[in-house]
Amino acid sequence: MHRAIIRELERLLGARNVLSRAEDLVLYEYDGSVEKARPEAVVFPSSSADVVAIVKLAVKHDFAIVGRGAGTGLSGGALARGGGIMVAFGRMNRILEIDFENRRAVVQPGVVNFDLTRAVEHAGFYFAPDPSSQKSCTIGGNVSENSGGPHTLAYGVTSSHITGLELVLPDGELKRIGGKLSDPLAYDLCGLLVGSEGTLALITEITAKLSKKPEAIKTLLAVYETVDDATETVRELTARAITPAACEMVDGWTLCAIEDYVHAGFPRDSGSVLLIEIEGVAEAVAGQAVEIEQVCQAHHAREVRTARDDKERELLWKGRKTAFGALGRLAPSNYVLDAVIPRSKLPQALRRVLEIGRGCGLQVGNIFHAGDGNLHPLVLFDPRDKAQFERAVKASEEIVRYCVSIGGALTGEHGVGMEKAELMTLMFSEADFALMRRVHSQFNPTGLLNPGKIFPMGKGCGETRVRTGPMHFGVPA
Amino acid sequence: MSALAASAAAVKLENAVGEAFVRTQTSVLEEYAIDGVTPKILVRPASADETASVVRIAADEKLGVIPSGARSAMGVGMPPTAYDVALDMTRVTGIANYDPGDLTVSVNAGMPLRELARTLGEKNQFLPLAVPQFEKATVGGAIATGLDSPLRQFYGTPRDFLIGAEFVDGTGALAKSGGRVVKNVTGYDFHKLLSGSLGTLAVITRLNFRTYPVPPSRRGLLASFPDETRALGFGKAIAASALTPIVLEVVSPECAAILFRKEAPFASLRTAKMEWTVCVGFEGTEEVCERYARELTRLAREAVAQNAVVVNDPQFAILLEIVREAPVTMRDAAPQAVVMRFTALPSDMADLLRALGSFAGSSWMTPAVLVRAGAVVYVALLPREGEESARRQMEYFWTSVASLRSKLELRGSLVFCPAEWKAALNVWAHVPSDPEMESRVKKAFDPSGVFARGRFVGGM
Repeated sequence: MHRAIIRELERLLGARNVLSRAEDLVLYEYDGSVEKARPEAVVFPSSSADVVAIVKLAVKHDFAIVGRGAGTGLSGGALARGGGIMVAFGRMNRILEIDFENRRAVVQPGVVNFDLTRAVEHAGFYFAPDPSSQKSCTIGGNVSENSGGPHTLAYGVTSSHITGLELVLPDGELKRIGGKLSDPLAYDLCGLLVGSEGTLALITEITAKLSKKPEAIKTLLAVYETVDDATETVRELTARAITPAACEMVDGWTLCAIEDYVHAGFPRDSGSVLLIEIEGVAEAVAGQAVEIEQVCQAHHAREVRTARDDKERELLWKGRKTAFGALGRLAPSNYVLDAVIPRSKLPQALRRVLEIGRGCGLQVGNIFHAGDGNLHPLVLFDPRDKAQFERAVKASEEIVRYCVSIGGALTGEHGVGMEKAELMTLMFSEADFALMRRVHSQFNPTGLLNPGKIFPMGKGCGETRVRTGPMHFGVPA
Repeated sequence: MSALAASAAAVKLENAVGEAFVRTQTSVLEEYAIDGVTPKILVRPASADETASVVRIAADEKLGVIPSGARSAMGVGMPPTAYDVALDMTRVTGIANYDPGDLTVSVNAGMPLRELARTLGEKNQFLPLAVPQFEKATVGGAIATGLDSPLRQFYGTPRDFLIGAEFVDGTGALAKSGGRVVKNVTGYDFHKLLSGSLGTLAVITRLNFRTYPVPPSRRGLLASFPDETRALGFGKAIAASALTPIVLEVVSPECAAILFRKEAPFASLRTAKMEWTVCVGFEGTEEVCERYARELTRLAREAVAQNAVVVNDPQFAILLEIVREAPVTMRDAAPQAVVMRFTALPSDMADLLRALGSFAGSSWMTPAVLVRAGAVVYVALLPREGEESARRQMEYFWTSVASLRSKLELRGSLVFCPAEWKAALNVWAHVPSDPEMESRVKKAFDPSGVFARGRFVGGM
């Protein structure tokens, strides 16, 4: 990027809010995925006005722009695939308003997900979307990717919890859609913008719903000898229309890795476990717990344990949510997949995932949101070994193709990003893309905003995945 | 017979859907009139592909198309400015896929809600879309019209349970979004835009929903209060408790007089002239329902209810039907009834009701009010028959609402209103949308303006 443009950015934002040296930029070339792409400058706005100014400057000089929260995304959504300017929202991290009576919070996009819960929990409220990265990921990132989490099963992904947005369009216009009211009464623009992966606008302010903490919570740990018994349990729970607040599954191999790391009390000799949480009024929770335990027993659970207190409950969840860190100790890198299948097909799907893993000669762990059919196979590999990396990518693609072929979807909560752009053709027709492109170009006509995401670019996966460094892309084809 | 009937376009349409399903007789077309505007031709496709062909022909021939289901709520919106083709979707019906074991269903747009409910009921499941005209309405019509369900208190709006859609966009292409799994963030969520879009973006051909289990028991509590402040206070007390009811409706005495006109079990509510009634619904096992009944009775007493009675399962089913049909019952209560729908914040509700009451008082009308789920207010104004000044009074009322918008976060539209008043009143006057943002969406979906011109917000 030309020195003069960097100076212009520094004039706008102050020198401490602009990074342009290679050694600084390298920190922003990756996220939680296996993709890489380096921006040419990283800027830290502190207000919506800053964002408007940055966007106008980028437009003037024809640079790509990409928004970024904490960089915990798992699909390359916040990577600068088109080079250009990365707008990092970390310093727009203020909670602007908390309105308990109407159960709303107004926040800047850089507010960390769990910080909002911390700010309201004294009054018995919380922010429902709970990605595993909730202690570091930002609400702006959650909104862009429409993030989920374990409790999505009962409470829905991020879009069910957002009522208003302030945004900056790629031409630098500041707009407001929705507000605190729960219904749009015209087109549900919030519904469109949430989950648009930063391709339609940069989000500068968010009005979110606050949820009330339930009266009673019960956390069960069902332990099985085999993976099949656990998946059959989930299939039957769904068939009997029992919907817990969360229903997570961990296979035996992954469990050992977690136990070595956090000592959560998971049995090291089991084939798999289900972590099931039930919430609601005390009588409903008690009734559901009995039903769930019966189903677990019917599918040969070796043991069904109830967390005795909050401490034990938190420990079990810590085990679940730090799994990716635990696995980081076992291989130089891991690739977390995200795909969805119809829940009735869970047993066969998991068998197939394990088979594909064996076929490619790589270790595949499974720790995922079983209750809503959201698989997260985790492929361990060494990125320095190019052949191994390619096998990992090939295996993951095979898994995703299989999931779509049995009526599933490409992504349940991580987004399409760079990672799955080429796979979009598995689910969408030319007519679908034509409409998506028309909507895209109504909001982002020059394609400067987050180029190279969602839309297939007609490149082989290997090619786009292994490339690093700045590159320029125009409007998606 | 119109010129269109004899044209080349008509022949093309006949080729697309079969001669028997294209009609041009005036008597038939009149049944499809919207606010006095009669279409020139009626087309009844049998499939999504036929629907796409019809839209392509209409786009080529520059004809205005309005899709319809059972036509039970066609009066919603402004009168159309272009209405050549009535596109009747009732033949595109039936269940495309039902996976009870996955709690998902994929249904063609023209399927009546009642039939869908029957199919789901066989597997002890249901869709929480209890909208007015339930006995007639189609699934596609219900989503496109975007009217409320009282069950939203717990189950939310279609944004929470509509998981995918297939539709024909304005270029005549059959497109889709979402899928048939309960969790999915792949691609743009176009199906969310279709909800409440009144047929202005696309013709819905199929909708995918997540379904829910029928609970073991569903009951209610009816409590009466001397004024709206106390009634709303009871609602707030419930919200602050651990309870999560499925229905929470606050009914004004005038509204109760309309809603409980016929049904014997609730006749006493009609006679209680001065009382505000709060209807609470809850569901679950015996133990859960007992807990609700006990605790709600206590909360009602603390909120100084004059009366609180528990309603058992069969009676609650009747009560749910009554509140479900409320907007239509209010419309049918007088020949020139106007039914408005507002969305407001719980904190503003009391101020809003007070202000609306005073506007109505100034125009010598008594409003019938129903507050739904603490978020939506239906208000009916019922002029006396033959009252000549009724339209002017209504105009005064509707204009006065503007003065509230600077004080309260508020949106409002006229759901039902005599067609001849719409030009003066503007149905969408109090929907402060950003027409520029909305029109971007409209242009992308319907670049040449084939669909439902003039009916929606901002003339779209």
